[in-house]
Amino acid sequence: MSERREEHYGLLRFERGRHYEMPLDLNLRRLAESRRPAILPGHRLCAGCAAPIIVKLASLAFRGPTILVNATGCLEVATTIFPYTSWGVPWIHNAFENAAATASGIEAALKAMKRTGRLGYERVDVVVFAGDGGTFDIGLQALSGMAERGHDVLYILYDNEAYMNTGIQRSGGTPPFAWTTTSPAGRVLPGKMQEKKPIADIMVAHRIPYVATATPAHWADLIRKVRKGLEAEGPAFLHTFSPCDRGWRFDTNITIEICRRAVDTCYFPLWEWVRGKGYLLTDRSLTIARNPRLKKPIKKFVEVQGRFKHLLKPENKHLLKQLQEYVDAVWEDLLERAVNAPR
Amino acid sequence: MASKYPVSKQILMAVNGDEAVAYAVKQSLVDVVAAYPITPQTIIVEKFSEFVANGEVYTEFIPVESEHSAMSACVGAAATGARAFTATAANGLALMWEILYIAASLRLPIVLAVVNRALSAPINIHCDHSDAMGMRDAGWIQLFVENSQEAYDTTIQAFRIAEDPEVLLPVAVNLDGFFLSHTLENIRMLPDEAVRAFLGGHRKVHKTYVDYLGKEVEVKLDPANPLSFGPLDLYDYYFEHKMQQIEAMKRVPEVIRRVNEEWYELSGRRYGDGIIATYGVEDAEVIVTVLGSTAGTVRSVAKKMRKAGRKVGIVRIRMFRPFPFDELREVLKDARVVGVMDRAISFGSYGPSYLEINAALSELKSRPVLVNYIYGLGGRDVPPNLVERMFEELLDVAKAGGTAERLRFLGVRGNV
Repeated sequence: MSERREEHYGLLRFERGRHYEMPLDLNLRRLAESRRPAILPGHRLCAGCAAPIIVKLASLAFRGPTILVNATGCLEVATTIFPYTSWGVPWIHNAFENAAATASGIEAALKAMKRTGRLGYERVDVVVFAGDGGTFDIGLQALSGMAERGHDVLYILYDNEAYMNTGIQRSGGTPPFAWTTTSPAGRVLPGKMQEKKPIADIMVAHRIPYVATATPAHWADLIRKVRKGLEAEGPAFLHTFSPCDRGWRFDTNITIEICRRAVDTCYFPLWEWVRGKGYLLTDRSLTIARNPRLKKPIKKFVEVQGRFKHLLKPENKHLLKQLQEYVDAVWEDLLERAVNAPR
Repeated sequence: MASKYPVSKQILMAVNGDEAVAYAVKQSLVDVVAAYPITPQTIIVEKFSEFVANGEVYTEFIPVESEHSAMSACVGAAATGARAFTATAANGLALMWEILYIAASLRLPIVLAVVNRALSAPINIHCDHSDAMGMRDAGWIQLFVENSQEAYDTTIQAFRIAEDPEVLLPVAVNLDGFFLSHTLENIRMLPDEAVRAFLGGHRKVHKTYVDYLGKEVEVKLDPANPLSFGPLDLYDYYFEHKMQQIEAMKRVPEVIRRVNEEWYELSGRRYGDGIIATYGVEDAEVIVTVLGSTAGTVRSVAKKMRKAGRKVGIVRIRMFRPFPFDELREVLKDARVVGVMDRAISFGSYGPSYLEINAALSELKSRPVLVNYIYGLGGRDVPPNLVERMFEELLDVAKAGGTAERLRFLGVRGNV
């Protein structure tokens, strides 16, 4: 009976006393047949939302027993309306700003229980999912503390570039000139007037073992990076790009296309930083670095999103140019730092 | 009755209140301590860090970057099935406030030592109860101790109370900043094995039936039996979950009484019935209620006055949450005047315990006259002569049969 229930609900259950070492697999068909993702069908995230795709892909890289921590946000709200849950693994939501601190406590508890022979597993991984509000802004202190203390936690940011759960308010992750409900494109101000906080670089500055960026369109790159983050001994940080059709104003069927354009325009470059090795470009971004003609103008990224539509007006040509300059500067800066960029 | 561990088998130590708490935590098989330093709590974390540095405990100590993260980490640890402890004071407790509610509502048996200190502004490091009163509605059990011995005893008891399957609520142990935290006192500690046996070893996680697993499972983050903690909970269930917290609180006094008695059998020490501790109340015309270390001063003044034939008594409220309405009604009902001492005030209202005691007595047909004394804010001293003057005033109120001045201030300039 209990087996059938489990089958029905698709839970991932790990028996105590057994050792699990699920191999890294990059064959999607085999993964789909052999692996259960941590997130189950029936959640209430919007059609076209990238967050559940990111979670699903990330969980295909899990090594074995894993505990998830979720900051307050779309993912938390839309996956757990009581008495329902979409989570096939142990999952906790504490509050908005404290996912990293909650994960610190879990990791410490696991250590203490292992030390006293009460854990029942050789290893339990701890993974955080948090949005940009919970990471760039209100959760930054807890995240920094977790990184400095060296807790063995993989923190995955799903960055949809605004407070989407509360209705599209600007965050530290919102890019320049993007319309949001608290940075509206008005007669005087053309959307957000500030740049995007370089959150992944901030985490690199903490000199934790592993930091990387990823998008669900570049799925093999993402899965590989999740596994590297889990294998790193100590804190790891993964900045994933998570298009939001409601907030960015695009059709629900182009989420993955937008991810591709973000990388192709170098708006969201793919890289990893490994302690002792430095910055390394990966996947499509490495290809572009080697062949700069493949780099697309930022207009390709902007033109399919309603949040930037004011940038396409003739009188706002200079803003689009400014945005291009901003993107180019960030990309050039990365090229200078990336050890595998052509010189 | 002879206790299982007579005084001769206990360890005599000269420690301050903070150290007493640290030693209690050391003996209580605590898995995770997450704490951030704030005066006058610091000695607890310093002392505990020494235990960790010297390998005297197996505990994971997380030196978090804020009190908010201290409580957040305790929530994560307790949800994983660990025994978790933290300590703070004043502004640190205020910063924890959001997570205090979450800890209680997730029914996590965390123990928190609150070394009572005045809230800013102006910034002040000394004792009052304004910090503790800010968390009275958060769903925590709140116990107030009178001395360092009781701080030690109560910290150990707190784990038993919190983890009792009938309770499953976090416990705050309140000790007065500096008056207890930094004052040397001889205390008696039980041997390690006695404390461990009293707690039943490591934390045992309670079980509950989970429909989608089709069986009873431990309520924790467990890869064998995945559960979701802290889901969104709207108008269709939230109220019922709050009702469960309300019901759990009702079961607390009985558990505290039982734990108080068991501790007595073990150590020879008990604190009233665990809920309130009284002196001289049987024939008293005037009874004063008080929380924390001031009880010692008030009791000694009451003793002296009773020797002089004055009918005065004292009730120390040890358990503030849940509030002992029935117990206080029973003990105060025959007094002519009750003086309620509060080391905190709700601005624009009265002291917190005055409001509660007023409610407790409201059902009586003939009720004592109540007078609220606000005292000791920001650590202002309350010497015996001031307490004696308060008793004299209350005896005058008894003689006069009432007073218009219900809210009084003890030991403040312009009102003394």
